[in-house]
Amino acid sequence: MKQHTNTDFETRSLDAVCVNESQLTHKWYHNIKYLVVGVLFGIVFVKSEVVSWFRIQEMFRLQSFQMYGIIGSAIVVGMTSIWLIKKFDIKTIYGESIVFHPKTFNKGQIFGGLLFGFGWAITGACPGPLFAQIGTGATVISVTLVSAIAGTWVYGLLRGRLPH
Amino acid sequence: MNILEFLKQPWPWYVAGPLIGLTVPALLILGNKSFGISSSLRHICAACLPANIPFFKYDWKKEAWNLFFVFGILMGGAIATGLLSNPKPVEVNPKLAAELAGYGITNYDNLIPQDIMNWPALLTLKGFLLMVVGGFLVGFGTRYAGGCTSGHAIMGLSNLQWPSLVATICFMIGGFIMANLILPHILFL
Repeated sequence: MKQHTNTDFETRSLDAVCVNESQLTHKWYHNIKYLVVGVLFGIVFVKSEVVSWFRIQEMFRLQSFQMYGIIGSAIVVGMTSIWLIKKFDIKTIYGESIVFHPKTFNKGQIFGGLLFGFGWAITGACPGPLFAQIGTGATVISVTLVSAIAGTWVYGLLRGRLPH
Repeated sequence: MNILEFLKQPWPWYVAGPLIGLTVPALLILGNKSFGISSSLRHICAACLPANIPFFKYDWKKEAWNLFFVFGILMGGAIATGLLSNPKPVEVNPKLAAELAGYGITNYDNLIPQDIMNWPALLTLKGFLLMVVGGFLVGFGTRYAGGCTSGHAIMGLSNLQWPSLVATICFMIGGFIMANLILPHILFL
């Protein structure tokens, strides 16, 4: 693959999902608000048992509606919110316009998607729940998290040789 | 029933789903951040071991918000367990319970199956496949796909991105194949 000298382009490229679109720079403590959102999100994760291995097994065996209901209603609320943000041109708390970036299709969404699906069913967790599970006291999941970080690292290493 | 007892029960999908969905506008309005979690794994690589790999050579400090967010999720897990823990075992579909009993999984005290996911089990082939190989697939697959359940299924679909729909369908196909066709063999080990 090509070496990019402008590495910001890389971060903002098609495969970066949590893109920081804000052009403002803030002191570190401005990040505390994301910590707070994370805490609330983590509580919902645990109380709704989204982070439970058992719920994920039920989902992939069509034995429970819980996960489908959660993901489905989350999408409906997210979709409505984005529609409202676009329609009324709602700004951030700093007055910036909210920016959306379209995702470009590449074969990684198929190959990577299937591989992640395998991992999701084995571990009973996507990346978010891994953090929440460790928080619930399941310390052994920190090994799964380190392994997931290693998986990301190996992807970065092999990226140029994988079909995209 | 007082409010604390009420909160201690498992929350139904129609409460949890909309709250998770509200994370999307919350992050956008707080600072133009697109909801996504798996990128945190990339930022950790970039911060700890970039090893001159172009994929990890970027200013991860600009994305530090994402690390605060995932650390918050971990703290949220601890708070939910410490203060709002449900004293009853996790309820599962009787069909699943019958199947799992066949693999020796009978402990429902935790959200993860303690019978197969514990420190000593790491040294067994089954535990290694479940925790280490499984985790590797999660990290490799999400980055290869460009996102996970949050970035593609929730944020991407909320923004009507068809590549996210492709990714979400592939997550589900992979999960169905693994849970029904491959995982039973691993659990029998």
